[in-house]
Amino acid sequence: MKNEHKEHIVTPPVYIAVALALYVLTVVTVWVAGIDLGKVLNTTIALLIASFKASLVALFFMHLKYESKLLWFMILIPLILLVILLALPIIDVINRAGYFGM
Amino acid sequence: MEAKLQEIEKRKTYLDEKSLKSWLFTLDHKRIGLMYLFTSLVFFLVGGLFAIIFRTELAFPGKQFISPEVHNILFTLHGALLIFLVIIPLIPSALGNFFLPIMVGARDVAFPRINLLSYWLFFTGAVLLLLSLLFGPIDTGWTFYTPYSANKGLNVFIVSLAIFILGMSSILTGMNFIVTVHKLRAPGLTWGKLPLFVWAIYATSLVQLLATPVLGITLLLLGMENLLGIGFFDPAKGGDPVLFQHLFWFYSHPAVYIMILPAFGVISELVSVHSRKPIFGYWFIAASSLAIAFIGFIVWGHHMFVAGMSPIADIIFSFLTYFVAVPTAVKIFNWTATLYKGKISFTTPMLYALGFISLFLIGGLTGLFLANLGTDIHLHDTYFVVGHFHYVMVGAAVFAFFGALFHWLPKMFGRMYNEKWAKIGWFFNFVGFNLAFFPHFILGIQGMPRRYWDYPAEFQGLHFASTVGAYFIALGALISLAVFIHAMFKGERASDNPWGGKSLEWTIPSPPPTENFEKIPVVEEGPYDFVKH
Amino acid sequence: MEQVLKSHHEVEEKHAGLEGAKMGMWLFLFTELLLFGGLFAAYAVFHTVYSKDFEIAHHHLDRVIGFINTLVLITSSLTMALAVWSAQTNRRGLLNLFLFLTILLGTTFLVVKLAVEWPVKFAEGLYPGGKEFNHLLQEGHKGQAIFFSLYFMLTGLHGLHVLVGVIVLLGILFLALRNTFSSEYYGPVEVSGLYWHLVDLIWIYLFPLFYLIK
Repeated sequence: MKNEHKEHIVTPPVYIAVALALYVLTVVTVWVAGIDLGKVLNTTIALLIASFKASLVALFFMHLKYESKLLWFMILIPLILLVILLALPIIDVINRAGYFGM
Repeated sequence: MEAKLQEIEKRKTYLDEKSLKSWLFTLDHKRIGLMYLFTSLVFFLVGGLFAIIFRTELAFPGKQFISPEVHNILFTLHGALLIFLVIIPLIPSALGNFFLPIMVGARDVAFPRINLLSYWLFFTGAVLLLLSLLFGPIDTGWTFYTPYSANKGLNVFIVSLAIFILGMSSILTGMNFIVTVHKLRAPGLTWGKLPLFVWAIYATSLVQLLATPVLGITLLLLGMENLLGIGFFDPAKGGDPVLFQHLFWFYSHPAVYIMILPAFGVISELVSVHSRKPIFGYWFIAASSLAIAFIGFIVWGHHMFVAGMSPIADIIFSFLTYFVAVPTAVKIFNWTATLYKGKISFTTPMLYALGFISLFLIGGLTGLFLANLGTDIHLHDTYFVVGHFHYVMVGAAVFAFFGALFHWLPKMFGRMYNEKWAKIGWFFNFVGFNLAFFPHFILGIQGMPRRYWDYPAEFQGLHFASTVGAYFIALGALISLAVFIHAMFKGERASDNPWGGKSLEWTIPSPPPTENFEKIPVVEEGPYDFVKH
Repeated sequence: MEQVLKSHHEVEEKHAGLEGAKMGMWLFLFTELLLFGGLFAAYAVFHTVYSKDFEIAHHHLDRVIGFINTLVLITSSLTMALAVWSAQTNRRGLLNLFLFLTILLGTTFLVVKLAVEWPVKFAEGLYPGGKEFNHLLQEGHKGQAIFFSLYFMLTGLHGLHVLVGVIVLLGILFLALRNTFSSEYYGPVEVSGLYWHLVDLIWIYLFPLFYLIK
């Protein structure tokens, strides 16, 4: 795995800033979960914050921000598939007459 | 001539080193490909044998010599062995391994050690699958539907583990091939100059990579249901059997594209080389492989129309399923257009390619009846479905495999096969196949359910015909394999490029040297540029 | 003739290299996303259907412990990233330190999960096959039983991945202590780092799904 060319090296201040952001976001998400905004809103906010945190990890810790467009494009595919994998069974289940177990 | 022959015999090839160790621990993609080939062929014969046994039983109504329980075990193993150990790995892991690196002008795949690991995982999974028989052979059908499969105990757990391991092998191979195509292409070899076989294997690798993990988790959960009593798929414990089917088919539908996409790639090679005509609509075929790979991921519910999904889900999946017919039809059209006004040689590979096109056409068209909600209600779980998938998995994929085997045999072993006997084998395969499986469509429409051990007397004629067809297939398969094995050891010496192919594998000696190329080529021509020089 | 002349020149042999290894690891990470994806799909379906039961059940989980574990894992990602930086800039001492810290934090996560959280559930009988679990099924609170099944499956599979990550990093640390890595060669560190961050990433979703949302 010898390096062919110089990689962009991310410096510690950036990493530390990202980690701090992640700590703050974790606190925020716990705090918001304690406030009752209704199921849908609470869930949506929690997932949005989680997604934002995940993006920070991916972009900076995993270096994605500095990688090739090809990799960005490649990542899109499993993400789209994940959406489909989650969405279609949910669509199926909520439209069944009389959910099982309810 | 004598002197030249002697010179050729002296050439170093990848087959020279003969010790067992040099094979078992090889890092050479060509040897790994051959190991996959032979392992799969063994299971091809075993799975085929099971079919002969239960087809013999089914030739007449009532019991001939096996019980319903044994019948259920046999068709389960027939499906599981042939799908997971033969059709899925056969073209990609055997022929793909052998030829992908050469076709991209590389010395090996991106990660040769992971390649070896892939093979040994495959072997381990195969052995475990056989070992599971000791704990009571499974009779759930290869689809393992819950709740029946969820409280069987150790045997389902072991089979789940075996297939999980096979899945890991598949994933690693897919990853290896993708990186190989991206990173190891020889200078000048742009994407537009890649043989369509490479595009096909690339698309297959994407599907293998992304679909197989979902099978992994499904089997893990099934294993946990059996072992720990988790109830995701059991209504008594709050679970949903249809959820199992969602997760299972999310992999297993793309899996059928893992089985057919490489075959498509083979046909593109065969129809162009054996008619000495550049493939018609290169980019359409390349793009259609990717389109099929993607669309294949969003249609899985068409296996579940009568399973208890909501009508909206039924409609969505039926609608999406029709789309996959489009890129597939594009391919058929382009292959036919390639043959038109080509200089067709009726070699064995060409015969298999022509057989493929006709059989796949029937298989694909019958799929449309199953995609349609109204007709599927009547046809689901009947022999119609069995006919459909055998036309595409055997009539198409296996035929493509045989075509590929004879096409590349001269390159792999430097020897030519016996054309006459290979054609005889083809004949029995083709006639036998149609005799065995066309009756299935009629039986299915008449209401014959699949996986049934017995049936009313009125279905007997067609069942009998089907069994005769099965015997013809067995004869054809055995003859073809005998021709292959004979050619491997005793075939006449073949030239380095008997068919006049233009892709990179035809520019190197037959059999190839271990390092593939003396010097990595700089590619200037396309793989179907027959007209020049 | 052109082609013959060209082939006599030295053609650079291609290798997967660092970029190839990273691509390979990213591709493997996609498979992990889909592996967990299947479980997330099961969660999504059951949460949709057993909305009330999930709300009741999730109170059994200790939010504080979950919060602490989340911080532990985030910090381990930080130390992992710093380990890669250390290798890239030839700081061998720091590389060893940050690898060690990552391993320590990963192990902490596992200890908290396996020695603090799970035993509480086992004692309460809230696990597949457990007394309270069966009780829930009998009383018709199937959704709550499913919640706990999902909890153990998801955190269990995740924990297994953390364990594998810790073992891999121990191997990397071992190699690092033998001065294997430098600014010229640090691929294995970076590639292991990618895997480790994924493990953090999955937990970032697991935490709200089990501990926070109703």
